[in-house]
Amino acid sequence: MSGYDYYPGCSLKGTGKPYEESLLAVFESLGVALDELDDWNCCGATAYMAVDEMQAVALASRNLALAEKSGRDLVAPCNACWLVLNKTLGRLEGDVDLRDAICAAMAATCTTLNGEGRRPLTLEGSVAVRHPLDVLVNDIGLETIEEKVVSPLEGLRVAPYYGCQIVRPLAPFDDQHDPQTMDRLLAAAGCEVAADYPFKTRCCGASQMMTMPDVGIDLVSLLIEDAIARDIDVIAVACPLCQFNLEGYQGKVAKRIGKEAKLPILYFTQLLGLALGIEPKRLGIQRSFVPVAPVLERRAAHA
Amino acid sequence: MATEPMIRTEADRDPEFADWFTDLVGEEKLRECIHCGICTGSCPLASHMDFGPRKLMHLARQGFSADVLGSNTIWLCTSCYACTVACPEQIPVTDVMYALKRRAIEGGQAPRKHPVVNLAKGFTGQVHRRGRMTEAYLIAGLALRSGVLRYVGMAGVGWNSVRTGRISLLHDQIERKEELRNLLDAVEQHGGEVAVR
Repeated sequence: MSGYDYYPGCSLKGTGKPYEESLLAVFESLGVALDELDDWNCCGATAYMAVDEMQAVALASRNLALAEKSGRDLVAPCNACWLVLNKTLGRLEGDVDLRDAICAAMAATCTTLNGEGRRPLTLEGSVAVRHPLDVLVNDIGLETIEEKVVSPLEGLRVAPYYGCQIVRPLAPFDDQHDPQTMDRLLAAAGCEVAADYPFKTRCCGASQMMTMPDVGIDLVSLLIEDAIARDIDVIAVACPLCQFNLEGYQGKVAKRIGKEAKLPILYFTQLLGLALGIEPKRLGIQRSFVPVAPVLERRAAHA
Repeated sequence: MATEPMIRTEADRDPEFADWFTDLVGEEKLRECIHCGICTGSCPLASHMDFGPRKLMHLARQGFSADVLGSNTIWLCTSCYACTVACPEQIPVTDVMYALKRRAIEGGQAPRKHPVVNLAKGFTGQVHRRGRMTEAYLIAGLALRSGVLRYVGMAGVGWNSVRTGRISLLHDQIERKEELRNLLDAVEQHGGEVAVR
């Protein structure tokens, strides 16, 4: 069966909407099906694990159980979702008692729809949970993508920013310390990749931006100030929380660093979509807080 | 200015906590910790912590539960896993942080009205009820619990989110939310701490 199941996660239905829009548009343009998993629930992110471990494992397990029925891989674009689902898979595999407890509870309480109607939900732990960076580079392939690039983003200097949770603690599809998948995709899109940006896997502050904003601003200021100093036009991201933290608070960042900060923070799928000739509106570019047009126009004039 | 003794004594130890912590991480793993401090050195939040993860691991191992659970260290951890991948003995420091947060929350030793605890509780409450998290209500609940004044500075980003259609006031929820709730309650009854290893 071709194509993939798709696990959006809560943020891609809210603040991360441009990620969902651009991801779906890019996959459609490449002719690869991405079908939303029926009745998926929250992955638990980092918050649930801080409160109740068994419930956190159960929460992620229900998604894994729903997803394995199709036999297709599951694409999870949010870094936190991707990690929670993959970590849970590992734990279910390594701990038979845990898996038995979860399976028993799930069969007694949850159902799934098959040809014959509602059936108790079973769990084998057989689904592969993939990040779109992995799928685009390793399944679809850079050559296929390059062939479809119609308006390369020449002259646009982009820093790839991976965040934490797709490279730590697991790194099944990329280098843990100097990941390359996004670098290569951005290069395929014609961008000038800022290989000198040193913070590609440094923490964005995650939920601390909500709970302890001063701490969050400190972490983000470091990332933004360095990018400005290196004459970077755009930071490309692969996670909705990274995107929101880097883009949303640049007024406060400007005060902290004593310099103007108006740096567009775009999903790598938005940049790839532009290169594939997809209309900006379908990529959610207009949902940016920091205006993107000035950067694109300035670079187009230089190119 | 009041001064407090900096030295911890036997009387400050909580042997039950020390045993719990040793079981959690594993006696052998704990013995392998050579206190190289790379967990603290690699931690992007260490500069804001009362003390870094290296000292935290050591205090916990000795049973100084009040110092450990009363520190800001565990609440500042963002789960970036820098410590975990840097540790030469493969101690899962981030998972240890999660376990300490749970212990503090369950045992009522977490600081009262701490925003990190409020966020975690608000988040789990939403997901338990509806199966999904809605950002607008997560933030609103956090502000109400932690003090609205703290969040006045967020007005700009809130307006930007509304303006660009990136936030909704509709509760996101799943269809079979009762099934999920029953599952979560069923495993709760099963009980038992799951080790970090």
